[in-house]
Amino acid sequence: MNKDAIKRGTNGELWVFAGLIALALFAPLAFYPVFLMNVLCFALFAMAFNLLVGYAGLLSFGHAMFFGFAAYISAHLAKVGTISIPYWLGSWSRLTIPLPPFTPELAILSGTAVAALLGLVAGAIAIRRQGIYFAMVTLALAQMVYFFCLQASFTHGEDGIQAIPRHPLFGIFDVSDDFTLYYVVLAIFAGGFLLIHRTIHSPFGQVLKAIRENEPRAVSLGYATDRFKLLAFVLSAALAGCAGATKAIVFQLASLTDVQWQMSGEVVLMTLVGGMGTVFGPIVGAAVIVTMQNYLAALGEWVLIIQGVIFVAAVLLFRRGLVGELLAFMTSRRRRRATEQKEAQPNAPPHPGAA
Amino acid sequence: MFELLGVPPQALLGQLLLGLINGAFYALLSLGLAVIFGLMNVINFTHGAQYMMGAFAAWMLLNYAGVPYWPALVLAPLIVGATGIVLERLLISRLYHLDHLYGLLLTFGLALIIEGLFRQQFGASGLPYDNPIPGGQNLGFMFLPWYRGWVVVFSFVVCMITWYVIEKTKLGSYLRAATERPDLVQAFGINVPRMITLTYGAGVALAALAGVLAAPIYTVNPTMGANLIIVVFAVVVIGGMGSIMGSIVTGFGVGVVEGLTKVFYPEASNTVIFVIMAIVLMVRPQGLFGTPR
Repeated sequence: MNKDAIKRGTNGELWVFAGLIALALFAPLAFYPVFLMNVLCFALFAMAFNLLVGYAGLLSFGHAMFFGFAAYISAHLAKVGTISIPYWLGSWSRLTIPLPPFTPELAILSGTAVAALLGLVAGAIAIRRQGIYFAMVTLALAQMVYFFCLQASFTHGEDGIQAIPRHPLFGIFDVSDDFTLYYVVLAIFAGGFLLIHRTIHSPFGQVLKAIRENEPRAVSLGYATDRFKLLAFVLSAALAGCAGATKAIVFQLASLTDVQWQMSGEVVLMTLVGGMGTVFGPIVGAAVIVTMQNYLAALGEWVLIIQGVIFVAAVLLFRRGLVGELLAFMTSRRRRRATEQKEAQPNAPPHPGAA
Repeated sequence: MFELLGVPPQALLGQLLLGLINGAFYALLSLGLAVIFGLMNVINFTHGAQYMMGAFAAWMLLNYAGVPYWPALVLAPLIVGATGIVLERLLISRLYHLDHLYGLLLTFGLALIIEGLFRQQFGASGLPYDNPIPGGQNLGFMFLPWYRGWVVVFSFVVCMITWYVIEKTKLGSYLRAATERPDLVQAFGINVPRMITLTYGAGVALAALAGVLAAPIYTVNPTMGANLIIVVFAVVVIGGMGSIMGSIVTGFGVGVVEGLTKVFYPEASNTVIFVIMAIVLMVRPQGLFGTPR
């Protein structure tokens, strides 16, 4: 693909995105805002996950650790504020920093920052293995974070952190109303999308794709691939954390559900259904799965079974996901049309620059 | 009574025994995973669900057909292994030409389906299974329940038989050859696809066997496999999947370390395996018994 075509492609993506946002601005008139915010949070989570699997080729099976842990951090800061860290110097004592409860934007930012830090540690360990081992290592690390959350005192174990207050945004804007908060969440989502879009079309993103396609060759070209992978991991962890921290503010709840391995599986499912490595796939996948969970919630265990069936069907029948299959269909149709045109005018000069 | 590092020996040896039992399950399960991975390059995420199916098969044989523990110990792995063969033929075999990650995703989906179906049918609470060898022996320093001793000894024997079959027999040499060069082995007239199918069945049967062994110790529960399989993944990463003996040693070893952690620092007993995994990855990324690739 030449440079112009790439530019056309990214511009096209941005136009589609602008259309989506325009629709989203009026969506609360038709849908329940809490449902829409749920979709947006999971869409951001799935986009963050897709950055890693779709562009760097690293399948993480433990992204719930960033999502869920950031949710706990932002929940705790928004509700209590005071930070109290136990440490051991001969005997146990606590370092306590008395702080007032945080405003939502600071709580979400802190959750994001902590998720990035966690991503730095987990990433440094996980990128030492590739492929299937990478998936198993991230899963195991996430389980460790889960047990930490189960036992730590500030998370309140099985109860979770409940009734998180929604303080005024920036200390000024009242967001206790779902309708107002929806536009804040939409802004966070849009920011996340633009950041990811910029990243995957930057030279950094191109190197990531090179690593995905052929890591030894990227190494031989002189790229320190581990550093690229680690940076992608941290970015993905931070955005996943941002999604989790936002969700905690929206639902005024942070619980073990968000940090369990089932949540890691769910984000894999969303991305797989929408299309790994596509820009809009995770958004579509998140919308499909969240809608499904919403309508099937009454069926209990069947949700789990249906999710499993979708997993199996997606792997066997539409591996490229909904968006990926649509793009493939459009490309093949365009190509077929081009050859038909060429056959219709056999004497036409070959198009300059055509491959 | 003497004390060891401030811990009474009863507690220490009791936890050591518990650790050995957990280690027996880790060893059996990681062994099955390693055998399947070696030949198929698929990480069998369904392994935990198949362990659970083994326990349920024993429970159903007892409650619906009146088959007691000892015949179930043979029958349940055969039944569950047969379901594994069906799964491999119908679904998993379609993915061999693709990236291995798709095998992981497919078996993850299968695990969700199986776990969901059992929860739908039996609820999330556990079902009791009577201990077939009640009683035990007071060894003076600790009480040894007969059944737990049986589990440790029997799983060790099964592990050793598996090791012998793979490393020392002609069948095992075919298996190892097919792991290295399936195309060449096929050219020598050996039916590699059938061998893969049977290997998957055998790996699944090992998981089911662990399930039957676990049934009298833990309650039979649809979620019993899901959390265990993640720990077993960590065990597999620690050992590396290069060698059969490595899986066995790592399984038992990690179980013992976990048991000891329960004595000295109980808060960390859930996480100690993952911490060991992280340390091993930093020091020796290919695993203790793995070969670097």
